[in-house]
Amino acid sequence: MRKYYTRIKQIAGNVITLKASDVGYEELAIVEGAWGKSLGQVIRLSNDEVVLQVFSGTRGVSTSDRVSFLGSSMRFSFSQNLFGRIFSGGGEPRDKRSSLTENLIEVGGPAVNPAIRLMPNSMISTNIPMIDVFNTLVEGQKLPIFSIPGEPYNELLARIALQAEADVIILGGMGLKYDEYLYFKNRLEEGGAMSRSIMFIHTASDPVVECLLTPDIALTVAENFAVSGKKVLVLLTDMTNFSNAMKEIAITMEQIPSNRGYPGDLYTQLASRYEKAVVFENGGSVTLMAVTTMPGDDVTHPVPDNTGYITEGQFYLKGGWIDPFGSLSRLKQAVNGKTRDDHRAIMDGCIQLYSKCRESREKRAMGFEMSPWDIKLLKYGEAFEEKIMKLSVNISLFGALDLCWKILANFFEPRETGIRSALCEKYWQKI
Amino acid sequence: MSLTAHIVTIYGNMVTVKVEGAVRQNAVAYCNRSDGVKLMSEIIRIRGDLVDMQVFEITRGLKVGDTVEITDELLSVELGPGLLGKIYDGLQNPLPELAEKIGLFLKPGNYLKSLDRDKKWQFTPIAKPGDKVCASERLGKVPEGIFDHFIMAPFDLKGEWTVKRIVEKGEYVVSDQIAEIEQDGQIKTLNMINRWPVRIPLGVYAERLLPTQPLITKQRIIDTFFPIMRGGSYCIPGPFGSGKTVLQQITSRHAEVDIVIIAACGERAGEVVETLREFPHLPDPRTGKTLMERTIIICNTSSMPVAARESSVYTAVTLGEYYRQNGQDVLMLADSTSRWAQALREMSGRLEEIPGEEAFPAYLESSIARFYERGGIVRLNDGRISSLTIGGAVSPAGGNFEEPVTQGTLKVVGAFLGLSYARSYARRFPAIDPLDSWSKYSGIIDQEKVSWAHSFLKKGRSIFEMMQVVGEEGTSTEDFVTYLKAELLDAVYLQQNSFDDIDAACPVERQKYLFDMVSKILSHKFMIDDKEKARDLFFTLTEHFRNWNYSAWASKEMKDVEEKIKACFV
Repeated sequence: MRKYYTRIKQIAGNVITLKASDVGYEELAIVEGAWGKSLGQVIRLSNDEVVLQVFSGTRGVSTSDRVSFLGSSMRFSFSQNLFGRIFSGGGEPRDKRSSLTENLIEVGGPAVNPAIRLMPNSMISTNIPMIDVFNTLVEGQKLPIFSIPGEPYNELLARIALQAEADVIILGGMGLKYDEYLYFKNRLEEGGAMSRSIMFIHTASDPVVECLLTPDIALTVAENFAVSGKKVLVLLTDMTNFSNAMKEIAITMEQIPSNRGYPGDLYTQLASRYEKAVVFENGGSVTLMAVTTMPGDDVTHPVPDNTGYITEGQFYLKGGWIDPFGSLSRLKQAVNGKTRDDHRAIMDGCIQLYSKCRESREKRAMGFEMSPWDIKLLKYGEAFEEKIMKLSVNISLFGALDLCWKILANFFEPRETGIRSALCEKYWQKI
Repeated sequence: MSLTAHIVTIYGNMVTVKVEGAVRQNAVAYCNRSDGVKLMSEIIRIRGDLVDMQVFEITRGLKVGDTVEITDELLSVELGPGLLGKIYDGLQNPLPELAEKIGLFLKPGNYLKSLDRDKKWQFTPIAKPGDKVCASERLGKVPEGIFDHFIMAPFDLKGEWTVKRIVEKGEYVVSDQIAEIEQDGQIKTLNMINRWPVRIPLGVYAERLLPTQPLITKQRIIDTFFPIMRGGSYCIPGPFGSGKTVLQQITSRHAEVDIVIIAACGERAGEVVETLREFPHLPDPRTGKTLMERTIIICNTSSMPVAARESSVYTAVTLGEYYRQNGQDVLMLADSTSRWAQALREMSGRLEEIPGEEAFPAYLESSIARFYERGGIVRLNDGRISSLTIGGAVSPAGGNFEEPVTQGTLKVVGAFLGLSYARSYARRFPAIDPLDSWSKYSGIIDQEKVSWAHSFLKKGRSIFEMMQVVGEEGTSTEDFVTYLKAELLDAVYLQQNSFDDIDAACPVERQKYLFDMVSKILSHKFMIDDKEKARDLFFTLTEHFRNWNYSAWASKEMKDVEEKIKACFV
C-alpha cells in the first residue's frame, strides 16, 4: 500500500522539504494538491528529512499537500511507438495522444564502458562546405553550435537534421520559444522526416525543472536505440537554457557557486550528457549536436567554455556563417584522410590564406598602402566568402574541393599557397 | 577488522554515516544498497561520530539507515607483473574485463581483481635462502614484455628480514606463494603482488637526483626550445581546441622512455578510445613491439563518477612510482589536472568547506604541488638510476592562465608549454606559444645558440606589431627581412606536421642538422632592397624546407632539396 505524507516543512523555489522514511536517493515522488499533480525527485536526504525538486514548480503547493513516493527513479517508455511522437520536457505527451507505459527504462543510467567504444570513423555529409571540407562531421561525434542569440542556429540545426543520414532523429528543445517549436515541427514534417523523429520539447513557459529532464530523457531514448543498432542523431537546443535551469536549482539548494553563479559541477553535469555520444560495435551510434547560445558573444562564459572542453570541437556561428577560425571538428582527422588526397591540404591551405587575408583587411582598415600581395589576398578572401563560406551554399564534398582549387588558381601561384608541390602539380592544371 | 555503521545523510556522491568505534581517515568503506549492491567509498572527513565519505559510484537508490561496512584499509592499488598494456578505471578495475562481465554499461558495484590471477609467469629467483632483504629488495624476476619485472620485497618492510624459503625457477601465477621471510620469529609469506596506498608516495631509494638528461620527445619546439627532463615535470595549459590532448598523444608515442602511463582524468572517452584502439597496432620504434605493450591507461572519463576521477591521478602516479622502483624510465601524462581539481572542488563544496578563489578549496595548491613532487629521478638502493617524469595538461577556464589551477601548477613545474588560440587559429601546430612558454632545463642544443635563435622570434613579433601600426611601407627592408626570417624559423622549425610519417617525429640528429641549416639563413645578410622580392625568396625557402622536412633522412630527395636551398642564398 502506498504511504502518503501530508506535512511539507519548507517550500523554497522549486524545492520542498518534508519528513519521510525509507526513501531512496533520486527516487520519484508525486505531489498532489488543489492545483493538480506533479512529479518530484529526491535531491537530498538527511536523517528523516527529504528534499524534493518539484518538476512543475511549487506555485500553489500547500504545506498540507499529499506526497507519495514511487519506489524508483525516473523511467520512460521505450519502443517503436515513440516515432512521430511529441512529448514535453518531463516526458508527458504534448501531441494530445495517449501516454506510453510499456517497457519502462531507467532515465540517466550509468556511463558506457570506454573500453567497448569504437573510434568514430565515418563521415556524415551535410553538403555545407564549411562543415564537409573544413570541419567534417563524424558519426558518433558530439559537437555544439556556439552562437550569438539571433543567428540562424535553429535553421542550421534543422538543415543538418534533414540532410544528414540517420535512422532516428531525436530533438530535445529546452526553453524554446513556441514558434521555434512549431518551426522544427513543420520542417521535419515538410522534409518527410517526422516518421523517424521523436521530439521532447520544453518551451520557455514550461516549469524550469522539466528543462533539466529534457536532455536526460532524449539521450536515454537515443542510447537505447543505439544499443539496438540504430544510427541516432540527437539535436539539443539550447544548452545554455539547460545550464541556467541548473544554476537556479543549485542556488535554491544553497550550493556555493563557482563562476558567475553556476554550480561547481557544471562541467560534470554537461559532460555526463554530452558523453552519451557513442559508436557501438553493432553499428549503432549516437551523434549529438547541441546549440549553445553565448551571452554577449563571450566564449569565456562558463557554459560555452565548459562545453568546449567536453565536446569534440565546435561550430561558431557568427555573422551569418560558420566562422572558420573558432570552428573545429576534432574528429575530422579520422575521416578526411580517406576522402581524397587533397582534402587536408585544401583544408589547411585555404584557411591559412584566409587568415592572412584578414590581416590584410585590418591593415587596409587602418589606412595602409596595400602591397600587391595584400591585394591578392583581399580578392581571394572575397571569392572564398562568397563561393564557399555562405551558409546557403549547397554542394558535395568533391565539388567543393574542386571549387577551392579553382579559387586558388584564380589568384595565386602554386608556391604561394603553402600546399605541397606534388599536390599542386596534380590538381592545379586539371581544374 | 571491519566496522558497521548507518547512513544518515545522502547528498550527491557524499554520504554521511554514524559510527561507533575507531575509524581511519581515507579508509575504504562499502555502502550496502538495499538490493544487495555494494558501493565503494572512501572516508574523507571525521567529525565526532559522524563520518563523511565520498562514494565512487552514483548514489541513486541508497537510503537513510542503509548499512555501511568500514574497513581498516586505505585506498590501495595492486602492483605486480601484468600491469603493462592494461586499461583501468580510476580504482584500478580492468575495463575490458569488466565489459566482458557486465556488458556495455558501467553498472555500479562491480569490482574486479586488477591483476590477472590466471596468467602464468616464468619466475627466476634472485634471492637465496639465508639472504638478508630490506624493503623493495629484489627477490626474483619475471619477463614482462621487453623488461625484467622484478618481484620486490614489500615496500613497507621495516629493517632487515631473512629469506627462509624461496621457490625454484618455474611458472607461477601472481597469487602463488613465492617466498617466506622472517624477522625476530615473525614470518611473512609473499606472493608476486605488492599493495600500496595511492595517496602515500612510494619511494624506496638511496637518493633523489637532479634531472640532467633531456627527455627526447622528437618534437622540435620542445626538444630544442623548451626541453623537458627525465624525472622533471612540465605542464601544458591551453584553452580548448588548442591541441593539448593531441600534443599529449604525440608525446606518448614518440617520447624516449620505457613506460608511458596515461591518466585520462575527466576528459572525453573518445580520446581514450583513440589511444586504446590505435596503440595495439602502432610499433614502438625502439623495440619493434607495439606501443600498447609499454603503456598503461588509467581512464576515468568525464561521465564516470567524479570521486573516482579524483583518485585516478593518484592511482596512475603510484603505478609510475612502482615501475620507477623496478628500474625503468617512466613518463606519466595526466589529462587534465583541471578536471581533477574540479573534482576536489565538488567534494569541497559538498563538505561545505570555506571556499578559496573560484570556489576551489584552499588546499588546492598544496595538493597540486604534492602531486608533481611525486615525480623525480632517483638512484635506487642497488645503484640503478630510474625516473618518473610527470606532464600535466591544464584546461584553464576561458583560456585565462591567471586562474588558480594554472597558477598553482606553474609554481611547481620545470617547464611550461603554453598553448595559444592565436597559433591554433592560424593552424600553427604544435600550438605552443614560443614567446610565453619557458623551460628551466637545458636541451639538446647549446643554450646560447637557442636563445640567439629565439631572439629572432621576439624581434619578428615586435616588427610584426610595428607593421600593424606603421604599415609595410613604413618598415625598413632590413626589419622586414628579419620578420621574414622569424616567420621561416616558425614555419619550418617550430611547426611540425604530425600527419606526415617523417615529419611527425624528428630525431635529435636531424634536429641539430636542421637547426644549423636554419641558423645559416638567420645569420645570412641578404642583399635585397625590394620587399616583394624578399617575400618571394622566403616563400621559396619555406617551401624547400618543408619538403626537406617531409623527405627521408639522408635520402637523395633530401640532398636535392638541400642543393636548392643553398642555391637560394649563396
